[in-house]
Amino acid sequence: MSRRISPVIPGFGLTLGYTLVYLSLLVLIPLGALFLKTTDLTWAQFIQVISAPRVLAALKLSFSTAFFAALINGVIGTLLAWVLVRYTFPGRKIIDAMIDLPFALPTAVAGIALTALYAPKGLIGSLAADIGLKIAYTPLGITLALTFVTLPFVVRTVQPVLADIPREVEEAAACLGAKPLQVARHVLLPALLPAWLTGFALAFARGVGEYGSVIFIAGNMPMKTEILPLLIMVKLDQYDYTGATAIGVLMLVVSFILLLAINLLQRRIETP
Amino acid sequence: MSIRTLSLSLIASALFAAPALAQTTLLNVSYDPTRELYVEYNKAFNKHWTAQGNEAVTVQQSHGGSGKQARAVIDGLKADVVTLALAGDIDELHKLGKLIPENWQERLPQASTPYTSTIVFLVRKGNPKNIKDWGDLTKDGVEVITPNPKTSGGARWNFLAAWAWAQQHYGSEAKAQEYVKALYQHVPVLDTGARASTITFVNNQIGDVLLAWENEAFLALKEQGGDQFEIVAPSLSILAEPPVSVVDKNVDKHGTRKVAEAYLQYLYSEEGQRIAAKNFYRPRNEKVAAEFAQQFPNLKLVTIDKDFGGWKTAQPKFFNDGGVFDQIYQAQ
Repeated sequence: MSRRISPVIPGFGLTLGYTLVYLSLLVLIPLGALFLKTTDLTWAQFIQVISAPRVLAALKLSFSTAFFAALINGVIGTLLAWVLVRYTFPGRKIIDAMIDLPFALPTAVAGIALTALYAPKGLIGSLAADIGLKIAYTPLGITLALTFVTLPFVVRTVQPVLADIPREVEEAAACLGAKPLQVARHVLLPALLPAWLTGFALAFARGVGEYGSVIFIAGNMPMKTEILPLLIMVKLDQYDYTGATAIGVLMLVVSFILLLAINLLQRRIETP
Repeated sequence: MSIRTLSLSLIASALFAAPALAQTTLLNVSYDPTRELYVEYNKAFNKHWTAQGNEAVTVQQSHGGSGKQARAVIDGLKADVVTLALAGDIDELHKLGKLIPENWQERLPQASTPYTSTIVFLVRKGNPKNIKDWGDLTKDGVEVITPNPKTSGGARWNFLAAWAWAQQHYGSEAKAQEYVKALYQHVPVLDTGARASTITFVNNQIGDVLLAWENEAFLALKEQGGDQFEIVAPSLSILAEPPVSVVDKNVDKHGTRKVAEAYLQYLYSEEGQRIAAKNFYRPRNEKVAAEFAQQFPNLKLVTIDKDFGGWKTAQPKFFNDGGVFDQIYQAQ
């Protein structure tokens, strides 16, 4: 606080007050209630719920599929952003608008459509089956659904940063003798990485909690293709509210640790 | 008229209209496949109700998975009547919500179940895998589609029907457990609800046989024109009893008890029974049942109360955490 300088627009107290009230109502109170509900369980019971083999299998599945979906979007999403920013071609505006569609579509609709396409008898699924690949009802199908749902995150975070890097910077690097790969490695990548990480983290977090689109394509086989949010629904259907919140808390804690790690990584990159 | 006066008058009319509507609105919270049934029934009930000199009622319908719907009512959805897939879910309205008395099921005839259904097989046209009975489901190369009994009321009836057959056929509980285990190894997809399983089987063409509510199987047949699927009735199945109840706490607060009770009672009338039968539910009324005898295959049926000791025993034994269903997958 010693270095605090008066900002141009005053009102620190007021804005901080708004922030706190807003965050409390939307985030802190619901999450607090979640934690409070789990205290109905003793530690031993809590450990018993979250260490059940099915919960652990689902935990691994949910986090690994979300991770791979975020990674795929990290690569393809960057590519998409690159194409949209650096080239002009007919239909660019339309493609740009299409990127956000996965957000607008009800996720259940996306899930049913993807399943119909990628099921063994579906249009694409039957082609994949010819080469011995099963997509729907496997972890691959779950990753596919998550990739679809989280597509906009990386594109939309990387796009504005990319647009802010003037083409001249690349040209200058080239004039100084840098090869294209060196330009990418030493000029573009460092500038993009923080935004990219943000997009990756958002996609990952969204993927972990996704229910609607996954549930149709997953097949939901216990120990194999059962995601954590489904296990929460299963507990609720047995009126086991505390068991459901225990899994919810587990998901929150693991997600929080991972997001915190990504944030720290980001800070290290930004301040070398 | 300016936009402002228009919107003001709209708001005003909405304000005045709302209380008038509220007096005569019933909310029927039901499970998934009854949608078509209640659309037709609500019209008939209204006719009957106004013919007796009463004000017309607006019946709102809410549909979803049976367990989810029960939870919504417990959590505060203002249902006047519930018409759910199994008694176990309505029991929770008493146990968790204190919304109805414990003896709710004794208040209407036939354990408050005005229509019934059963579990049948839906197979692809010509029955290429030659599926005739439960024993055929565990043959090599047969894929069975059924939803997850943990999340679907219909799936619980499926599971118990399979169990009842195996127990009678093999003669012991241990053998029955072996059979259901083998059966679920033939299930490639466990959807969360009955409708989702129907989509998997009918639209995505997964599996050789769908274990389905009889009414749902007939509906799939009707919509597909009957040239892609056929119904196979197994040698033994279960009498699926989806009961109904007035939600006492809510009707007393809304002042709708009289109309809500009449609404459920009329389900037992000849017309109500006929509408149920037309929507492929098995009627209780013997005269109506005789009219529709052609429609429903004659099956040997076990019941939840006589053969499984009621839902209070069956639910924890088979479906709660650590129950028989969980053991099938834990053993793998």
